[in-house]
Amino acid sequence: MNFKAWWHRLGSPKWFYRVSGPWQSLFLSLALALLAIGTVWGLAFAPPDYQQGNSFRIIYVHVPAAMLAQSVYLLLGVAGALLLVWRMKLAGLVLETLVPFGMGATALALFSGAIWGKPTWGAWWVFDGRTTATLVLLFLYFGLHALRRAIPDPAAASRACALLAIVGVINIPIIKYSVHWWTTLHQGATFKLTTAPAMPAAMWAPLLVNVLGAYCLLAANLVAKLRNAILRRERSSRWVRDLMDGSQPSIGPAPSPNRPSAAPSHSQRSAAP
Amino acid sequence: MFAVQFRREWLCVLRSKDEALNPLVFLFLAASLFAIGFGGSSDRLGEAAPAIIWVLVLLANLLSLEALFRRDFEDGALEQFVLFAQPQFAAVLGKVAVQWCACGLAMTLLAPLLALMLNLSAAALPTLLLGLLLGTPALSLIGAVGAALTVGLGGGGVLLALLLAPLHLPVLVFGVSATLDGGAGLAATAQLYWLAGISVLALTLTPFATAAALRISVERS
Amino acid sequence: MFDDWQAFIAMGGHGLYVWLAYGAALALLILHLVRLRADWRKTLRLLRSKRDQDHASQAP
Repeated sequence: MNFKAWWHRLGSPKWFYRVSGPWQSLFLSLALALLAIGTVWGLAFAPPDYQQGNSFRIIYVHVPAAMLAQSVYLLLGVAGALLLVWRMKLAGLVLETLVPFGMGATALALFSGAIWGKPTWGAWWVFDGRTTATLVLLFLYFGLHALRRAIPDPAAASRACALLAIVGVINIPIIKYSVHWWTTLHQGATFKLTTAPAMPAAMWAPLLVNVLGAYCLLAANLVAKLRNAILRRERSSRWVRDLMDGSQPSIGPAPSPNRPSAAPSHSQRSAAP
Repeated sequence: MFAVQFRREWLCVLRSKDEALNPLVFLFLAASLFAIGFGGSSDRLGEAAPAIIWVLVLLANLLSLEALFRRDFEDGALEQFVLFAQPQFAAVLGKVAVQWCACGLAMTLLAPLLALMLNLSAAALPTLLLGLLLGTPALSLIGAVGAALTVGLGGGGVLLALLLAPLHLPVLVFGVSATLDGGAGLAATAQLYWLAGISVLALTLTPFATAAALRISVERS
Repeated sequence: MFDDWQAFIAMGGHGLYVWLAYGAALALLILHLVRLRADWRKTLRLLRSKRDQDHASQAP
C-alpha cells in the first residue's frame, strides 16, 4: 500500500475503529500489569536510598506522572498541527481526550512532588525551577480545558484548542528557561537518553517498568476514548448502524465473537476496563 | 496593508478614548491600592515594587486585549477583516501595533509615575523602562492570539486571563529579574536580551497564529 | 528489604508521605478506569436509543 493511501486511512474514523479493537485490551492489560509489577517492586523490593531512606520510593509515582504530563502536552501540540495543517479528523478527538488525562498526570506529579519535598527539602512547596515549570504546565492544561468548555461546537472547540496547544508547545522551552532563572534545587533528570542513570539498577529498573506502564495507560486511554468518540460522532452513519444491527457486532473494548441477534446481548457486554 | 490597518485602528481608538484609557486608569488605581495597602512602609514597598509594577502591567494589558477584537466581532467587521484584509500578517500586525501604542507604550510612559508612587529605587528606573519597552510588545502580540481565540465567548475576560497567564510568564520573570538587577546596580543585559528575543520571536510567529485564530472564531459564530 | 509488614507500612518513618503519594496515584487510576467504563456505557446507551429510534421510524 502506498504511503498516501495509508495516511488517508489512518485519518478515517471507520478504519480506525475496525483495527483498534484488540489494541485497547492489549494496552490496558499491559498497563495494569506493568504498573502493578513496578509498584510492588519499587515499594517492597528496591533498596532504600542511602540519604533519603524510604521516602525516595515516591519516585515511582512522581517520575512517571511528570513524564506523562510533559509528553501529553507535546502530543497535544502534534495533534494540533495534524488537525490544523493536515485537517486530520481523528486528531481533534485525540486533543479532546488528552487534555483531561494530561491534567490528571500533571496534578499527580505536583501532588507527589509536594509530598516528596516535605521529608527531603523540609517544605511542602518550593518555587524551584522544575516545580514551577510543572505548575505552569498545569495552568496551560487549565487554559485548554476552559477554552474547550467555553466553545459549544465540538469541532470548533477542537480547532481552537489545537491552535492554543501549538502556541503553548512553542512557548514551553521559553517558559522552562525562564523559571530556571531562579536557582534550582531539584535533582537532575532521572533518565537521560545519552547517559546511563546514576542510580543503581535495582532502583531504576522498577521505575522503568512503571514509566512503561504509564505510557501503556496513556495508549489504552487514547484508543478507548477515540473508539467511543468515533461511535458517538458517526452514530448516524451506515457502518455504525450495521454494527448495532448485529451484522458485525463488536462494540465495546474487546473483539467479541459474532453474535447473530443484536439487541439484548449488547447490554451484557459491559464496557471497558 | 499595515499602514491602512494602523490608521483605521488609530481612528477607532481616538473615537473611543474612554475605553482606551480605562486600562491605564486601572493601572494607576491598582498601584495606589498597593501603596495604600502597604500602609506607608516604604522600604518593603520599594522592594516589592518591581514585581507589583510588572504584574499590574500584565493585568492592565489583559484588560485592553480583551477589547481588541470585541467591537469588530460584534458589528461584523471582523468577518470582513478575515476575508478581505490581505496579507493577513500585516493587517493583524497593524491592529496589534495600535493596541500596543495605546496600552504597552502608554504604560511604559506612565511607569516613572508608578515608580514614584511605589517607591522604586531610582537606580532601577532605566532598566524598568527599557524592560517594559522591550517586553510589552511580546505581551500584546501573544495576547492577541488569546484575544482572537476567545472573542465572542461568554466570560471572555477570565477565560482570556486563564489562557494568557502561563504564556506571559516568561516576560514577567525576565522583566522583574531585570528590574531587580538594575536596582542592585548590576547590568541586566541578559534579561533585556531575553525580553527583546521573546518580542522578536512573537513578532515573527504570532501574527500567523492570530490570523488563524480569528478564522476559527469567525467560522464558529 | 523489609523485615515484616509493620516495617513495610512504617517505611522507616516516612510511611505517611509514601502512602499518601501512592494512595493519590491509585485513586487517580481508579477514577480513570471508572470514567472509561462510564464512557462506554454512555456510548452504548446512545447508540441503542438511536437504533430504537431508527427501527421505530421504519415500522409503519
